[in-house]
Amino acid sequence: MNFTFTEEQLLIRETAERFFRDDYGIDTRRHNVAMPDGFCRETWARYADLGWLALGIDEDFGGVGGGAVEMAVMMEAFGRGLAVEPYLSTCVLGGALLRLGAADGVKPALLGQLAEGKLLLSFAYSEARSRYDLNHVECRAVKDGGEYKVTGEKTVALHAGQADKIAVTARTGGDARDAGGITVFLIDRDAPGVTVRDYPTVDGFRAGSVRLDDVAVDAARVLGDVDGGLALIEQVVDFGAAMLAAEAAGVMAALTDQTVTYLKERKQFGRPLGDNQALQHRATEMYIETELTRSLAYMAAVRADDADRTAAARAASKAKVKTGRAGRLIGQEAVQLHGGMGVTEEMPVGHYFKRLTMIDHTFGDAAHHLARLAENPA
Amino acid sequence: MQLTLTPEELAFQAEVREFLNANIPAETKRKVDLGLKLSKDDYVTWQKILYERGWIAPAWPKEYGGPGWSPIQRYLYEEELAACSSPRLITFGLKMLGPVLIEFGTDEQKKRFLPRILSSEDWWCQGYSEPGAGSDLASLTTRAIRDGDHYMVNGQKTWTTLAQHANWIFCLVRTNTDVKKQEGISFLLIDMKTPGVEVRPIQTLDGGVEINDVFLTHVRVPAENLVGQENQGWTVAKFLLGHERVGIAGVARSKKQMARVRAIARAEMKGGRPLIEDVRFNERMAEVEIELTALEMIELRLLSEEAAGRKPGPEASILKLKGTQVQQAITELLLEAVGTNVHALDPGILEDHWPPEGMNEDLFSPEYAATVASHYFNWRKASIYGGSNEIQRNIIAKAILKF
Repeated sequence: MNFTFTEEQLLIRETAERFFRDDYGIDTRRHNVAMPDGFCRETWARYADLGWLALGIDEDFGGVGGGAVEMAVMMEAFGRGLAVEPYLSTCVLGGALLRLGAADGVKPALLGQLAEGKLLLSFAYSEARSRYDLNHVECRAVKDGGEYKVTGEKTVALHAGQADKIAVTARTGGDARDAGGITVFLIDRDAPGVTVRDYPTVDGFRAGSVRLDDVAVDAARVLGDVDGGLALIEQVVDFGAAMLAAEAAGVMAALTDQTVTYLKERKQFGRPLGDNQALQHRATEMYIETELTRSLAYMAAVRADDADRTAAARAASKAKVKTGRAGRLIGQEAVQLHGGMGVTEEMPVGHYFKRLTMIDHTFGDAAHHLARLAENPA
Repeated sequence: MQLTLTPEELAFQAEVREFLNANIPAETKRKVDLGLKLSKDDYVTWQKILYERGWIAPAWPKEYGGPGWSPIQRYLYEEELAACSSPRLITFGLKMLGPVLIEFGTDEQKKRFLPRILSSEDWWCQGYSEPGAGSDLASLTTRAIRDGDHYMVNGQKTWTTLAQHANWIFCLVRTNTDVKKQEGISFLLIDMKTPGVEVRPIQTLDGGVEINDVFLTHVRVPAENLVGQENQGWTVAKFLLGHERVGIAGVARSKKQMARVRAIARAEMKGGRPLIEDVRFNERMAEVEIELTALEMIELRLLSEEAAGRKPGPEASILKLKGTQVQQAITELLLEAVGTNVHALDPGILEDHWPPEGMNEDLFSPEYAATVASHYFNWRKASIYGGSNEIQRNIIAKAILKF
């Protein structure tokens, strides 16, 4: 057992933290959010140059290797920097889908493009009536010779409007909530019959509704097994949850730092706010909850590629419950302890609070993962 | 102890309900139900309807235009107002300045300002907080220097809610710097059209612009606009914050919001069934409802004591503290209820007309979900404004520990 980072991992962290400290402040973020794509393509190209997009991809496919822990280190730095570039949708979800599910014939080229920053991906698995249930799929795919015809509507697909390809979950058999009969298809965003409604999200990201009208997909573009896609979907979303927990730990650490600084600087009644023990203890709770979240996030990252899928799933759910609950406490306390300044657009604290809140509602909220743990006892 | 309403109270409730439901404008009701922004005209139109009926200022004494209701009647009225989807009435004139003028104002001031508050001809805003004086309000530095029959005012007020609609502002200003800080403050009424008054919007984290900075630069204010004695402003300020308890906890509005949670839970699906059937979600609703019921019972007990002539204690602080906690807990339930629909941001919700005509089918998410996240973010202000919840705890601590 060993909980220390390798030299490579420390180097990734140091490089990423320096980048966000020196080149990516809150004003850069505002600027990037306001761009047509909702993020900065030049910044994305820099991520590629720095090798960040190649993390988790085999050297044989143009990657730099590394795995979930390296990517968690990256995500934590993105959280601290409040980055809006599509790393989660493209590298975390998209990368995992390709790595675990793409056919040998297409995998090397796709992963190579992803590592170079030339391929943006989106994962459209959610539907209007599915809530957080991954098995709830109403979108249909019908086999037609060597291809499938996909019809249906997906909701809240991260960066669907910016992606080059969209991975879509569709039903090749069974009924809306059956575990079997689900298949994942990799569809070109500009394929005939695909309509994406792109919109901003409350935390400065982009998402979209994806309508599919009889969209033709080659059978070679199936990711994972036909009718057996749910295992792949669950593994990828659990991986996403683990990575989000790491991002959340970075957001929490930033909020705690900002709040401690404010408590020391802001004076009322002739002394710093931080002189009040009642407020010191609240900052202390923020710090403790950040460390607990960070620890569970690392555990979930280490477990992510475990052959024992139950262990990996439980680790992801534990991390996600903690992320949701600690995130709510830390976000709310950060705003409250900043007083009126905390509710202004001008202060970074509100932007971090919004991201933390939306992280809870991505890949299943705390209530969903708590129920999942309770209903599937170890 | 008696929890059921008397026949007279029931008749009163029915009369109020009938009038409010028959007269609230449909568009205003829709906006309130969906949590959308209201225009100045929406507020003023509705307040004028209540004014014409004689119900705009339920707590004012009859001789100044109040309806002469008992505390229980006022409570029932608040409840019916919320139930009919009334907007929050603009409190600065009706619940803050009005009672202050009735208590401390000269006959001239009463005659000049009270009728215009009742009729919504004047829109007042509150000039209390300053960049350096938030929780520590008494350390305010906006300076008013007497110059013949005028005061010359210089300084900056902040967090001024809806100052963009206001034509008058009541301000706490420093008139003496040589005494203990609470003893050098005065309460001054300032016409917003006076040269040197400048309003600048402050954008909040949800993207809205409800609050403002108000800059006062060489503003000449007639001395007759002083309320109470010079340097007595702190007494006036404390009276203003402490005198009204009906509605401070927002119980009626919270009940209405709980109904909204249930309506959304009927529309949202979980595990293939409506969310309203989910036991775990029902538990979380029940937990909030227990707090809400307890809060309502505290409020009713206090009202009964008030009717019996007992002086208010620190309970107003419980109402503010607990009331905002319940309101915020409900915003959390709403977040949970809408599920994945929470993410989409339609910038149109920040306008006071949404959605544009015929745009309904183009919404990013169901209509009921559009404002849920922004409301959650925006409502964090409730535990900060009007004396933060930390300040309320200080008040209660002082009262029970008696240090």
